[in-house]
Formats: sequence, C-alpha cells, structure tokens
Amino acid sequence: MALKWFKKKKDEQEAAASTEPKPDNVPEALNAEDHPGDEALEQNNGTASENKENEPAPPPDPTEPDPDPEVPAKSGGFFKRLKSGLSKTRKLLSTDINDLFAGNRKIDDELLEDLEELLITSDIGVQTTQDLIETISKKSSKISGPDELKAVLKEKILELLSLEPPTPREITDTPRVIMVIGVNGVGKTTTIGKLAARAASSGKKVILVAADTFRAAAIEQLDIWSQRAGVDIIKHKENSDPAAVSYDGIEAAVARDADMVLVDTAGRIHTKVNLMEELKKIKRTISKKLPGAPHEVLLILDATTGQNALSQAKLFNDAIEVTGIALTKLDGTAKGGIVVSICSTLEIPLKYIGVGEKIEDLQEFDPIQFVEALF
Amino acid sequence: MFNNLSDRLNAVFKKLKGHGKLTEKNIEEGLKEVRMALLEADVHYKVVKKFISDIKERALGQEVMASLTPGQQVVKIVNDELTELMGGRLEDLNLSGPVPVSIMLVGLQGSGKTTTAGKLAVFLRKKGKKPYLVPADVYRPAAIDQLSKLGQQLSVPVFPSSLEMDPVQICQEARTTAHRTGCDTLLIDTAGRLHIDEALMDELSRIKDAVKPADILLVADAMTGQDAVNIAQSFNKTLDIGGVVLSKMDGDARGGAALSIKSITDKPIKFVGVGEKLSDLEPFHPDRMASRILGMGDVLTIIEKAQSVVDEKKAAELEKKLRKNEFTLEDFRDQMVQIRKMGSMSELINMIPGMGQMKQLKNLEVDEKEFVKIEAIINSMTPLERRQYTLIKGSRRKRIAKGSGTSVQDINKLLKNYTQVIKMIKKVNKGGMRGLGMGMPSF
Repeated sequence: MALKWFKKKKDEQEAAASTEPKPDNVPEALNAEDHPGDEALEQNNGTASENKENEPAPPPDPTEPDPDPEVPAKSGGFFKRLKSGLSKTRKLLSTDINDLFAGNRKIDDELLEDLEELLITSDIGVQTTQDLIETISKKSSKISGPDELKAVLKEKILELLSLEPPTPREITDTPRVIMVIGVNGVGKTTTIGKLAARAASSGKKVILVAADTFRAAAIEQLDIWSQRAGVDIIKHKENSDPAAVSYDGIEAAVARDADMVLVDTAGRIHTKVNLMEELKKIKRTISKKLPGAPHEVLLILDATTGQNALSQAKLFNDAIEVTGIALTKLDGTAKGGIVVSICSTLEIPLKYIGVGEKIEDLQEFDPIQFVEALF
Repeated sequence: MFNNLSDRLNAVFKKLKGHGKLTEKNIEEGLKEVRMALLEADVHYKVVKKFISDIKERALGQEVMASLTPGQQVVKIVNDELTELMGGRLEDLNLSGPVPVSIMLVGLQGSGKTTTAGKLAVFLRKKGKKPYLVPADVYRPAAIDQLSKLGQQLSVPVFPSSLEMDPVQICQEARTTAHRTGCDTLLIDTAGRLHIDEALMDELSRIKDAVKPADILLVADAMTGQDAVNIAQSFNKTLDIGGVVLSKMDGDARGGAALSIKSITDKPIKFVGVGEKLSDLEPFHPDRMASRILGMGDVLTIIEKAQSVVDEKKAAELEKKLRKNEFTLEDFRDQMVQIRKMGSMSELINMIPGMGQMKQLKNLEVDEKEFVKIEAIINSMTPLERRQYTLIKGSRRKRIAKGSGTSVQDINKLLKNYTQVIKMIKKVNKGGMRGLGMGMPSF
C-alpha cells in the first residue's frame, strides 16, 4: 500500500526537490536556513574568540611539515618525491613483472593469467584488465622479456590516462572558484588545506569556504587549515545551509579581490539523491553569484577505493559535472588503478595526486611521469 | 548494499536453474560469470580463485549431479560457501574482563572510526552499558572536537583529551576517569594511519599494552578495493585485532572487501555501518548477509527490527481497533513513526524476499522526509478531525495545510491514501482474514 504510494510520489518529489532541495540529514528547525542573509558572517581574523580552544598552539603534528612549506623544486625534487611516494606501488608491480619472466618464460596462457592477477589486484578493473591482456596477447610474438612487456603496458595505460594532452590552464577569471566534492573520508578538507597552502605561498590571496556544515567539527578542521596556510575562511554555524555559506564566501571573495576560492563540501555517499540535490543547489548558488563559477569541480577519490570509485565518479559527474579528479592516499600500498578506467570511460582528467601527508605531497598529475613511476 | 553483486549472481542462477540437467560445461560457464561478478565487487583475486575452485569441486560432485533440481543445488552450494566465507555466524563484541573494559578502534584515515565510535556508544547504551568516549587522535585537525560534539549530541561522556597529551597517556588517564565516574566501557578512537607507517603502528601497540583492550576493531571502508587484504593483514599482524567494522555500506558498494578480509585474516566482521545517523550500525550476520547477496531476502532482520520498536501493548490495541474498523489518522501516524524507527525504507525493502529483484522497486528512492510531512499534517489536525476524517472539508484542509507548511494537494493525497487503507482493512475484516497488519498495516 504505502509502497505504491511512494512510487507515485516519486516524480513529484523529484520536481519538488529540484526547486527546494534540502538535505535529509540536516536536522529540522534550522533558523539559519530560513534567514541565510541574517547569518552573521564570521571570519577568521574577525571573531577569533570562538576558536580559542584551537588557537593557542598549533597542534604538535609530527606528520605535518613546518608551517611555511616551500613550493617543491620543479625538477629533481618533484620527481623524486613522486617516485618515493609511489615506490611501494612501483616496487610491487615492477618486481612482479620481472618475476613473471623468471626462468625464461614465454608469453603463454599461464603467464597471462599471472599478469591478470597483477592487474586486477591493482584495482584497474576487470574490463580494463581484459582489454590490456588482449592487447598483449596480440603482440605476444614481439614481447620476449619484462622490459618489452612493461613498455607495452605503459604505452597502453598512458593512452587510457591521457585522452587529451593536458593543456596548461589559463587563469583569467578571478576569483577562481574551486568546488571540492567526494564521498565521506576521502580527504577533501586535507586536500583543500594543501591546495590553499600552495597557492598562498606563491603569493595568491585564497579564501576557504566551510560548506561542510553537517559533520561534527568539520568547520573547526577547515579553520585550523586556514590558520596553518594563513588564509581567510568564511564560515557559518554548524547545520546551517551550505549554499548560503557558499554565497557569502563568493561575495566576500569578490569584495576582497581574492584570487582563489576553495569550497569545502560535506562528504556524501553518491547514491543519496537528496544529498546530490544539495550539491546541485550549492553549485547553482555559486554560479548565480558569480557567473562562470565554479571554474572547477574537483572530485576527490581515495586510492584505496576499488571498483566503486567508478560509480562515485559517474554519479557525481551526472549530478554536477566534474572537471577534474584528485586521487589521494597513494602513499599506502593501494595502487589506485581504477583511475585508469575513470579517465578513459568518463573522460575526466586526473589533476592531482596525493602521495603523502606533507603539503608538498599534493602533486599536479602528469600522466607520463605517473606511468614512468608506476613501472 | 550488495545490490549489484546480487543482481549479477541472480542472473547467473536463473540461467543455471533453467537447465533440467547440468553438464560440466554449464557449471563452468556459470562459475566463470560468478567469478567476474565477485572480482567486480572487489573481492580479492586470491579469495575468488579459491572460492570458485571450492564450489566447482562440490558442484561437479554427486551432490549436484544426482539431484533432481541441479540448478537449485548449485545455488545452495554457493550460499553455503558464501556464508562460510563471511564467517559462519554472528560474532559479538568482546566485553569480558575487569571493568572498565576498553575497545580500540583502529584503521586508515577516513575509514570512519570517529563516527563508528559514536555509533558504538549508542549500541552499547542500548545494551545497558555506560560507554565513555576517548578521543586519542591528536594529529588530525579538529578530530577531538568531532568526537566531543558527537558525545554532546548523544549525552555520552567524553574524555577531555588535549593536543599536548600523548595518546597512550590519554588512554591511561581516561581509564582512571572512567572508573571514577562509573563508566564501564571505554571506546578509544585512535588516529587514522597508514598500515605501513611503522611509527604510528607502534603507537597502537603501545596503547594496546597500556590499556589491554577487550576488543580491537578495525574500521574498514566497504568501498575498499583489492588493498583491503593488505590493510587488514598489517593491522592484524601488529595488533591481533578482534574483529572488523565495515563502514559506509549504505552506498552502492558491493562490499567485496568484507569477503576478502574475513577469508584472509580469519577475523570476523562484527558490525556494518549503514547510514549517516548515529543509530545506523548493525551487527553483522553472515548467514543473513549471504542470503541478502543472493537476493533471498532477510526476513529475520526485519522481524528483529520490528520487535525492537513495536510496543506490544500498543500492537494489541491496534489489532482490536483494526478488527472494529476503527483505524484513525492517529493510528496511521503512530504506525508511520514505528516504521521509521526501523530504519530507512529502501533498506527494509531490500530485506523482503523477492522485493530486491522487482524492477519497479529498483530505482525507488523513498524520501524519508515524506514521513515528516505526513506527521506534520496529521499533527496539524484537531483531535476530532483525526478521528473523523470525513469532517475535513475545503476550509479545514486549507487551515491544515497552512499549519503544517504543506499544500492542500498534500492533504488530499494523504487523505486519499488513508481512505484506501481503511477500505482495505474493511475488506480484510469482511473476508475474515485474521491478524493482518499486526505490526504494520500500512504495508
């Protein structure tokens, strides 16, 4: 009975949701939501009293670098760090590939099966693995050793990763608005902290927007990052309307002539329709306030995630058009192979990779270097 | 959860069941697809390999070949093996030992430890325990704040950790405080760390030595890929964990990690996190989960959920009312409230046998807020209106709509639904079907 009725209601709900989406996880009776304009605009330098507990001493964080991080040296430093960050990944794959050919093996079914195992355990996906295996078995006559096999794999993966050569982005609009989205716990706030610190240290004026008003202490977390990076933050109270915070954030950025705005959104499971509607509303609000914005929608993916990452990328992309991906937590043993499938099927470029906890461990992604480091 | 996996498996089984007689070739083809389905669900390569060869061995034996319904028999074998793979039976939280006992939550960054700590506090309090939350994450910005806020929301005491303290020191002092304040179970929320970070893994060992926890739970993200095995193995090697909590099972994760972890570490999955609310934590029943994966529903969990929220006296009253055709709008609202307490609608639907496979229900997105609306509408009626819905005419509808912040159309819809329920009840009563709708007549 009730079920039938829900079904009937679905269309209407959808229609209603698109005009007035409210997250179902936000408790009712939010006064702030009714009067987003009345909400006092709090900023870091203005009302410091509220954050007294956090303020006295920056946390003694052994994993965090000195507060004044250097921008990584362009040449040797960058590549070294990338390599060492990926070293675990690299070691596993390259030694394994060398092992495959131990004892002068030829390319046969057995070897291909072992290769299949290697590829699948890198989370590259069943379909992509099969495609790769097929390519290799076609070229099997030309491959006689690990180096040639690696070369073929590299070439093929590179092809999948970079459908279009990454064009250097031109920063013409200011402020440049970047909306950061993703499921829970992938590292959105941390990535924003790192991006902010990098931009700030190169002399840009950055404003952070605390639009994760749902998770307990998410605003405080971003606040601490803003202090570390020495940038401004725009925040409202917990449980207030994230779109309203974003609106105020953009307004403040325009008024203060900022170069870059980073909008931190709440983590959400990509299958929750209401929460995706909330995201759309945030985006709409931003582009209403500043035509052309957000200039970038950055989806954060966790390298430990398996095939589900594809579904995440698909659904977030369907909802608000992702313009780039950042792959975090590559410093563990996970290989993050799923990005290969994501880049190739959804044609969304991978822009950043996180290979460690330090601020300079967030790297701009270069497919050639990545693949070089991989094998 | 597990939906995609069960879809795939069901397609395979349907094919298998279609054969009157199974040949070796049929079975092999079927198993090849099962293998693909498992790999796509992120079950570890090695685990899949063993799983398939085990099933093959049994399926090609007498058991199936001699059976009159070989297809069914294969499904049964897969079900058996799947249950076995997931750990056989429910494993409870270990709370034995001198009071206060400690439970440590460990895991990678972002796996959901802090949220799980809050959820476990709710779970323990329901069992009559007095939980004490201990934030031992001094690294991540605002991690202590996060747990303190959760504690505040739940009115569960939280140890006032500060950033200058060493995590081991925090845990030791928290134990003393818990003892003094009469709390019996410490929930220690440790910092997220990479399993290959030796310094931080060593810190966990030191906490373990200091507090001698009764249980150590590895919190793992259900969406984890092939690496789940490495992660679980490392944590298990360092800490000899007691079990696993699988978080974020409310998305479309196929949960292959669950299968891999149990199979490789031989440590049971104890809980699954199924939503953003702090009550969204369920004990993990391997057998029920196996039948849910295979699309056979999970009636036991529904019954348990219903039992936990239904007030027996009220149910008896309701039954009486139903018999007498006196089901008022007030009862309608009470039923709605009870069903909501059971959890999210879409979760429940998936547990009903056969429902998961119904195409119409596939993309059904039940808006939980709809319930709030209905409640508001009924609350905006006068008691008399609730008992005699025929009174509610045009101007009353307008008033109710204003009072509840809805539209007249919403009221109309609700009343239409309600009258349909009443008609159905009358019909059933006439037909003499007894006991319908004990728990939930609005279904």
